[in-house]
Amino acid sequence: MKQMGDMLLKSNSFSEIVMGNTALVRAMIEAGTRVVTSYPGSPTPEIATAIKSIPQKLRPFYFEFSTNEKVATEVAFGAAVNGHLSTVFFKSVGLNVASDTFMQLSLMNIIGGMVVVIGDDPGANSSQNEQDNRHFAHMSYTPVFEPANPQEVYTFYLAAAKLAQKMHMPVLLRLTTHVCHAKERVGFGKYEPSEFDNTPKFNTANGPYIPITSLVFPQKQRALKNIAHVESYAETSNLNTFFNNGNSDKGIITTGLVNLSLLDVLENANEKPDILKLGIVYPIPGKLISDFLKTHKEVKVLEELDNVLEKEIKALAFDSGCSVKIFGKQDDDDWMGEYTPDKVDTVLRKIWPDLLPQKSEPLKGMVTIPARPAQMCPGCGHRSAFHAIKKALANTDITVADIGCHTLGFLPPYKMGELLMCMGASTGIGSGLSLYNDSRKVVVFMGDSTFFHAGMPGIVNAVFNRHNITMIVMENGTTAMTGHQDHAASGKNFNEITEKIPIRSVLEGFRIENIYETDTYNQDKLTEFVKQAVQDKGFSVVIAKHPCMLKFTREQRRKPGYKARKVDIDTNICDLRKECIEQFGCPSFTRQDDGRISTNQDLCVGDGSCLQTCPSKAILTPKKI
Amino acid sequence: MNARDIYLTGVGGQGIGLISEILLRAADHAQLKVKVVDTHGLAQRGGIVVSHLRIGDNINSPLIREGKADLVIALERHEALRGAQTFLKPGGTLVYYNVVWQPLDVRLNIAREIKPEDISLFCKENNIKAFKVFVKNLDEARMQNIALLQCINNKNLLPGVEKKHYIMAMSDLLAGSMLEKNLKLFESKSILVN
Repeated sequence: MKQMGDMLLKSNSFSEIVMGNTALVRAMIEAGTRVVTSYPGSPTPEIATAIKSIPQKLRPFYFEFSTNEKVATEVAFGAAVNGHLSTVFFKSVGLNVASDTFMQLSLMNIIGGMVVVIGDDPGANSSQNEQDNRHFAHMSYTPVFEPANPQEVYTFYLAAAKLAQKMHMPVLLRLTTHVCHAKERVGFGKYEPSEFDNTPKFNTANGPYIPITSLVFPQKQRALKNIAHVESYAETSNLNTFFNNGNSDKGIITTGLVNLSLLDVLENANEKPDILKLGIVYPIPGKLISDFLKTHKEVKVLEELDNVLEKEIKALAFDSGCSVKIFGKQDDDDWMGEYTPDKVDTVLRKIWPDLLPQKSEPLKGMVTIPARPAQMCPGCGHRSAFHAIKKALANTDITVADIGCHTLGFLPPYKMGELLMCMGASTGIGSGLSLYNDSRKVVVFMGDSTFFHAGMPGIVNAVFNRHNITMIVMENGTTAMTGHQDHAASGKNFNEITEKIPIRSVLEGFRIENIYETDTYNQDKLTEFVKQAVQDKGFSVVIAKHPCMLKFTREQRRKPGYKARKVDIDTNICDLRKECIEQFGCPSFTRQDDGRISTNQDLCVGDGSCLQTCPSKAILTPKKI
Repeated sequence: MNARDIYLTGVGGQGIGLISEILLRAADHAQLKVKVVDTHGLAQRGGIVVSHLRIGDNINSPLIREGKADLVIALERHEALRGAQTFLKPGGTLVYYNVVWQPLDVRLNIAREIKPEDISLFCKENNIKAFKVFVKNLDEARMQNIALLQCINNKNLLPGVEKKHYIMAMSDLLAGSMLEKNLKLFESKSILVN
């Protein structure tokens, strides 16, 4: 079996099949990165998986999962102003959380250099929107490098780190979901461990580091100068690629993974436009692009998500008096979704209908197949919680979701948590919903990792301003949705055992009087607690806890002598009330052709949380098999 | 164009990641150029998990185009038909494990379950070669992917990739009793294909 950790520390140059996220870690090691931080979020958590594959003793840099993206950015920044090359990585919407700090980075003389790695999510595969974070880069004067595949993730990180170190500035490496997760053979360079100087180098002489009133302007000047420097760097950088197809009529300017889609689509094209693929997407190399515009009659700006480049390139053409016809976005569809090869095909046909060959005949005899929405796992404590909580509330009561596996409670049959914004927002939203409202109870949900991430300010506000709502903490002991990362209440951080910070103690510290707590498998008790909590005046809390069963079952399976347990239905007792399949809704329950219910033995984890839901007691105690 | 496009699909928890990585590494051991991309994230929680695998000298994107896959490999019956309808080209090949993880609407009695006959009919109409795989009394559901792997090898569905390459790939990724169990199933004669 190949060990990822050994591979990442090889001293000779080599090649290996890796995903983009893994290639990034090798690049960090070769670049001499000293401090890396993160908060887990798709598509980036596998970066930490690769880091974890290197035993801590051998790891050439410090890594932590911080409590949120903003703190992670601050830790990386602090290390970098002490002279260490640092990197912070997180998902697309993580930048919203980090933005207060991120916005200041380019104002600072970051003597160690800093690379911010962002996992954008065109197509919103696992995010609450598909925001285009190039906007943040413009707003903060932060250069953006945009790799297309795992090989480029590696080379672009090395270039970004070098630039960040040289210019003492932040550089943003913008990955997207399928750049992070693509796998291919990647060539790596040598790794020669260097002697690091650990002297803390923070010195106010490198500043100013205090952005107050008139001191802001020299700092802003510095950011603008740096951006001007990076623009000239981009003019000659080999991170940009020109694909010369000898076409003086048609040209396409594009970036990253979109270019790979484009190359595939053009494979059978009737004519091949020239392509300028930008590796540095902010600031754009003005002369390079002007020359491209001047040498083509028509240019399509092919960019995923928003029209960021389009606006810049059109302005550039205007300033340089260039009469080229520039095509940008044509309609709303062009603004939405990932630019897969199929999407690029559609987008190009709108501009140049004759460029691509006719589409082939579709398949015949299509059958409608029921959709398969994501759902909570068999045994999930949240399912028991929703089933019990629903019984405690009136149909007209308002339930507010938060981010986490429990967000899936909005789906039938539960339909709990019917409004969702972002991490930690539920208590604030719930507080607003409770104003002028005596008739509909407001219940908000909160995950445990989210509690520490962004949940606490909303909770303190609800207590401080005396909002009349109930918060249910869906505590499963881990950051489940992103792959079971530990958090402040887990008793373990990325590197070692730590003191737990129990959520209950935190809430008691906030002087919350009405706190109820039960395991969610005790459904009757949970129903009773929620009924009581919504009657309480002010801010009440129910801690509805059960360990993540996906994590628990995996851990059990690894133990020697493990025997699986499964539940069964006694068909002599079952009188088809269907509470198990239609209200409790564990995916292990299966509807037979004759209408009877059985359990899917591949799925059942034998947790038995369903037993109490059957009014006829037809579900039998789990048996070892 | 010598590309070979393979679309893998199933339900979160079925082991799509492992079979995709085995095919990727087997093709690489066979000195073929290959790219893969999986869907991760939210989809893992009982939703659809897919992996795109592309083999060939002139491929760029790791993503397959709809209606262009040469081969669809599915670990579940509903996903087999969904994958074939969306990604398979006319005259392509479908290999699927004949097991059902009922989608929500089937369990709620809003939609009907897809049957093997639905798949046969669709494949016949579009000149698709279909292999239905099943193992009786399989110890662990998570090894159903290896049963498919045997069928892929026996029917030579990845031309240029040989048995030894699959075994090398499995040895890259698994160790100890896990490797033994999977290799044993890979060589087993009790896998039903029709």
